[in-house]
Amino acid sequence: MGVLTCAAAITYKPLQRVFFRQPIRGDLQSKAEVVISDSAELPRKSRHFHHNTFRFFHTIMSKRKAKDAHLPIGECINQVHQILRKRFCHQQLPDKPEGLEAQHKHLVELLKRTAVHGESNSVLIVGPRGAGKTMLLRSVLRDLSEETEVQKNLLQVHLNGLLQTDDRIALKEITRQLHLENVVGDRVFGSFAENLGFLLDALKKGDRSSSRPVLFVLDEFDLFAHHKNQTLLYNLFDVSQSAQAPLAVVGLTCRLDVLELLEKRVKSRFSHRQIHLLSTLTFSHYLDRVRAQLSLPDGFPDGKFVEEWNAAVTTLCEDKSVVEVLQRHYNSSKDFRSLHMLLMLCLSRVSVAKPAITPADLLDASRLCVADAKANMLHGLSILELCLIIAMKHLNDVYEGEPFNLQMVHNEFKKFLQRKSSSLYNFEQPVIMKAFEHLQQLELIRPADSSSAKTQREYQLMRLMLDHGQIMEALQKYPQCPTDIKQWAMSAFA
Amino acid sequence: MHQSAENETCAPAKSYPRKVVFSICAHIQQREMSPPEPVFVTPAGGGSEQSWMAGLLEHPGYDEERLRRVSEQLSCREVQAGLLLSLMGQPQQYCYPSLFIYGHRASGKSHVVNVFMKDLELPHVTVSCVECVSVALLFEKVLRSFFGCDAASLLPRSPSLSDFVRIYRQQSSQSPAKQTRYIVMEKAELLRDADVNLLPALLRLQELVKDNVSVILLSEIVWDKFRPNTGCFEPLLLHFPDYSKGELQQILSTDRHPSYSAEFYSSYINILLGVFYPVCRDLRELRHLAALNFSKFCEPVAAGKVKEMDTHKLWKNIEPHLKKAMQTVYLREVSSLQWEQMEEHESGALRGLSAHTHVELPYYSKFLLIAAYLASYNPARTDKRFFLKHHGKIRKTNFLKKNEKTSNHLLGPKPFPLDRLLAVFYSVVDSRVAPTASIFSQISSLVTLQLLTLVSHDDQLDTPKYKCAVSLDFISAISRTVNFDIVKYLYDFL
Ligand SMILES: Nc1ncnc2c1ncn2[C@@H]1O[C@H](COP(=O)(O)OP(=O)(O)OP(=O)(O)O)[C@@H](O)[C@H]1O
Ligand SMILES: Nc1ncnc2c1ncn2[C@@H]1O[C@H](COP(=O)(O)OP(=O)(O)OP(=O)(O)O)[C@@H](O)[C@H]1O
Ligand SMILES: [Mg+2]
Ligand SMILES: [Mg+2]
Repeated sequence: MGVLTCAAAITYKPLQRVFFRQPIRGDLQSKAEVVISDSAELPRKSRHFHHNTFRFFHTIMSKRKAKDAHLPIGECINQVHQILRKRFCHQQLPDKPEGLEAQHKHLVELLKRTAVHGESNSVLIVGPRGAGKTMLLRSVLRDLSEETEVQKNLLQVHLNGLLQTDDRIALKEITRQLHLENVVGDRVFGSFAENLGFLLDALKKGDRSSSRPVLFVLDEFDLFAHHKNQTLLYNLFDVSQSAQAPLAVVGLTCRLDVLELLEKRVKSRFSHRQIHLLSTLTFSHYLDRVRAQLSLPDGFPDGKFVEEWNAAVTTLCEDKSVVEVLQRHYNSSKDFRSLHMLLMLCLSRVSVAKPAITPADLLDASRLCVADAKANMLHGLSILELCLIIAMKHLNDVYEGEPFNLQMVHNEFKKFLQRKSSSLYNFEQPVIMKAFEHLQQLELIRPADSSSAKTQREYQLMRLMLDHGQIMEALQKYPQCPTDIKQWAMSAFA
Repeated sequence: MHQSAENETCAPAKSYPRKVVFSICAHIQQREMSPPEPVFVTPAGGGSEQSWMAGLLEHPGYDEERLRRVSEQLSCREVQAGLLLSLMGQPQQYCYPSLFIYGHRASGKSHVVNVFMKDLELPHVTVSCVECVSVALLFEKVLRSFFGCDAASLLPRSPSLSDFVRIYRQQSSQSPAKQTRYIVMEKAELLRDADVNLLPALLRLQELVKDNVSVILLSEIVWDKFRPNTGCFEPLLLHFPDYSKGELQQILSTDRHPSYSAEFYSSYINILLGVFYPVCRDLRELRHLAALNFSKFCEPVAAGKVKEMDTHKLWKNIEPHLKKAMQTVYLREVSSLQWEQMEEHESGALRGLSAHTHVELPYYSKFLLIAAYLASYNPARTDKRFFLKHHGKIRKTNFLKKNEKTSNHLLGPKPFPLDRLLAVFYSVVDSRVAPTASIFSQISSLVTLQLLTLVSHDDQLDTPKYKCAVSLDFISAISRTVNFDIVKYLYDFL
C-alpha cells in the first residue's frame, strides 16, 4: 500500500521535522508553498486553547515565543490528536457557529429580552440531526453569560426528552436545578400547575416585587409532546403567555412537523416562533468547511508544524479523488456530524510515522462510512445459507414477492440439486432448518406477519429483507463461490 | 469565560501531565536508534482484498510491552484491532462517543474488545444485555465500576435515565476521567427491546454526562435495524468480517492436544472443517465440535493401528463419525455428554435419532393423528374420493385442478373443523374398533403433546379447528406401526 511505503521511506529524526520537505507524495511536495486558507475561514483560536498553550510553554518550552517554538514531532502529533479529537468527538464549542450568524443573533436578542427586560417568550429551534441546534444554543448561552446583567439575573433549567421521560421526573429535575428542594420539602401539591407556580414564586427577588427570569431549555422537544396530557408543555407555555413570571422556553427538535404533535390548547399558547437550521450550503463552501475543520488553530505551540499541517490540508482538499469523495458525502448529508465522523476516521490514522492525512486515508474512511452493512454480513454466511438466500430470490421472482416458507425454499433448493450429480450439498432437513433460523436471527429474513407464531416453523411465512443489488454484490464478493451456485443465482437475475 | 459546564469537561485535558510529555519524548529519542517500524496501517473495507501485515500493534499512548501481549492474543484480527486502537487513541484523549461493532457470531468482537480493556487496563465496564434484565442493573453496574459502590447506592429504587445521568454527572465532576471510560454493551440488539430512550441516550452519553466516556456496542445485527424513527446520534460503524477457512484453521489449530504433534491436530482440524465449514462458520461451535470428537480421531493411533501421518486412513475413520455428529450434536438433539456416552456404547441407536420418533402413542391416537394429517393436507372436496366406500367411478381428473401450482406439502397444514377430523377418523379406523368417548380426551392430549395445534376459534365457539403439526416422515413412521399406507391417501402424491 502507498501509505506503508511512504511510512517506511521516511528516515526519522526527532527534532527536525523533515516530512513535508521530503517527497512523501508528489502532490504534497509540489504544493508545499500553498498559502493557508483565509484566516477568516479558520476557526479562531479559542480562549481555552490559548490558556492551555500558555501553560504548555511554561512547562516545556520555557519562555520562547509561540511562532518559533519547535516541538518534537511526537508531541506535535499528540497535540493534533488532542485538538482535533475534541473538535470531532467531544462537543467542543466552535468560536462562532459557522453559517448561522442570523439565527445566532436572533436567539441572543430573544433571550436577552427575557434576561434583562423580564419579557416571556417561547421559541423552537428546528433542524435535522447534527445540524447544530444544541451547539447554537450553547454558544448563545456562552455569549450571554459574558454580560454581567444576564449572568446575575437569568436562571437556567436544562431538560432533555431522552432523560425526563415523564412530567413527574421533569418536575423533580426542575426543582433540583432551581435549588428549591429544601423549599419544597415534603409539601404536597394538588396539581402540576400549582407545583410549578410555587417553584416560580419561590424565585421572587428579595423585594418580592418581581420574579427572576428563568430559561427552560427542552432538548429533544418532540419527546415531551408524548407525555401524558402534555402537562409540562401546557404549563410552561401558559406561564410564558400569561406573564406570571418571566419565562423563556426554548425547544430543540429535529422534527419539522413538531407543531402537529402539540395539542390544540398547548399549541395556542405557543408563540409560534421558530428558528430553522436548514442548510443551504454549496459544495465549495462545504470544501472550505472540511478544510477549516481539519486545520489547526494559530495558537498551536509549534508554528512551523501548523504551517505545514495546514498547507497539507489545503493540498488534500484540492486532490481530485478527495474532491470526488467529498462530493458524494455532500450529496448525502451536509451536516457537521457526519463530516466529523468521516474526518475522525482519517485522523485516527495520523501518527508519528505518517504525520499527515493523505488522500488514501480519506478514500478508505469514506469506504468505511458508506459500506453496505448487509452485504458485509452476507459475506460471512455459510454456503448453505447463501444457497437458501438464492432459492428465496428465485421464489420472490416466481411469485412476485409473495412471502414464502422453509418448505418452499427447501423445495427450490432441491430442484437445483437435482440438476447436479454431486451430493455435496445434500443436507438433512433439520440442518437446513438451523441455517434458516440463523438467517432469521440475523434479521435477513423476517416473519411476514406476527400472528403466525403458532404455525410449525417450516411453514411460517417469511419475507426476504435483501434487495437485488445486495445479493448481487454478495455473490460477487463471496470467497470461493462455486461456479454452479453462481450460475444458479444468475439465472434468477436473467 | 465559558459556561461552567464547559470548563468542567475541559479540565482533564488542560492539566496535561508533564510526565507523559517527557516519556513520549524519551520514547521518540529511543526510537531514533533503530529504523522506525511502520505503524499498523489499516486498509478499510476488509473482505477478500484484505492486505494487512502481520505485525504488532503500535500506539504511543500505550505501553509497548502490553501492546505486544495484546497482539499475541489477537491472531487473525490484526486489521480490526489496529483500527479500533487507532480510533480509541491515547487514553487521555477523547474517543468517538459511540462505536458500533458488528459481525457474525464468534467473529471475535467481544474477544478483541475484552483483550484491549483488560490488558491495557482501561477503565471500563462490560455489560451483557442478556444478563441486565432491567435498566436498574445496568445503571448500577456502570456507576459501581466507574465510581465505586457508594455512587451506585445513590440510585433510587427504580431509577430513571434522568437519575442515572444526574448521578453520573455529579460523580464525574468530582472525579473527572483521566482516561477514556468505556461502556461495552454485549448483544446490543436487545437494547431495542428495552426502554425506547435507552439506546439513543447511550449513543450520546458523552454529550449528556459531559465526560470522556465512550459506549461500544457489539451485535450481530446490522445498524440499520437499530435506528429509531426520528434518528439518533449515529455511532461509528466497525465491521468484523467472518474468519476465512484458513483463519479458522489457524485459530483452531492452536488448541492442540499436548500428547500429539501440532501437525496431527492441524490435519484433524482440516478434516473437521471439510465436513462442517459448508454449514457452520461459528468458531465457538466448531471449537466445541473439535474438542468433542478428537478422542475418536485419535483412537486408531492410540491403538497403534494407524500412524499419525496416515491422513487418509484417519480421514476414512473419522468422516462418517463427523457426519453423524452433524445430525445430532450440531442440531443439539443430544447433549455433548450424551454424545460421549453414545460413543462409548457405539450402539446402533444413532440411526433413528430424530428425537420424536420415539414418542409412544395409544392405538386410537395414532389413527387420530393420521386422520388429522390427512385432513390438514388434503383438500376437503377430495374426502369423498378417498373415504367413500362406493364412490363409483370418480376419476382423479374430476377434482384435479391443476392450476394449483404448489402442493399442499409446500404450503403447510390447513386448519380443519372437528367434525371433519372425526369423519376421516371413522373411515380410516374402519370397523376395526368401536369408537368410544375417550376420543375427545385423546384429541386434547395430542394438543398437549403439540402434535396437533388448536387454531383460535374465537368467532365460532362451538366448532374448534385444528391443524396437524407433524412432518411427513413422522406420520409415515406412525402409519407403518398400524399398517396404514398413508401415501395412498394423500392428494399430493396421487
Ligand atoms: N455551524 C457550526 N459551526 C461549527 N460547528 C458546528 C456547527 N454546527 C454544528 N457544529 C458541530 O457539529 C456537531 C453536531 O452539532 P449538534 O450536537 O449541535 O447537533 P444537533 O442539531 O443538536 O443534533 P441532534 O438533533 O442530534 O441533537 C457538534 O460537534 C457541533 O459543534
Ligand atoms: N482471533 C481469535 N483468536 C483466538 N480466539 C478467538 C479469536 N476470535 C475469537 N476467539 C474465541 O472465540 C470465541 C468467540 O469469540 P467472541 O466471544 O469474541 O465472539 P463474538 O464476536 O463476541 O460473538 P457473539 O456475537 O456471539 O458475541 C471466544 O471464546 C474467543 O476467545
Ligand atoms: Mg442536540
Ligand atoms: Mg460477544
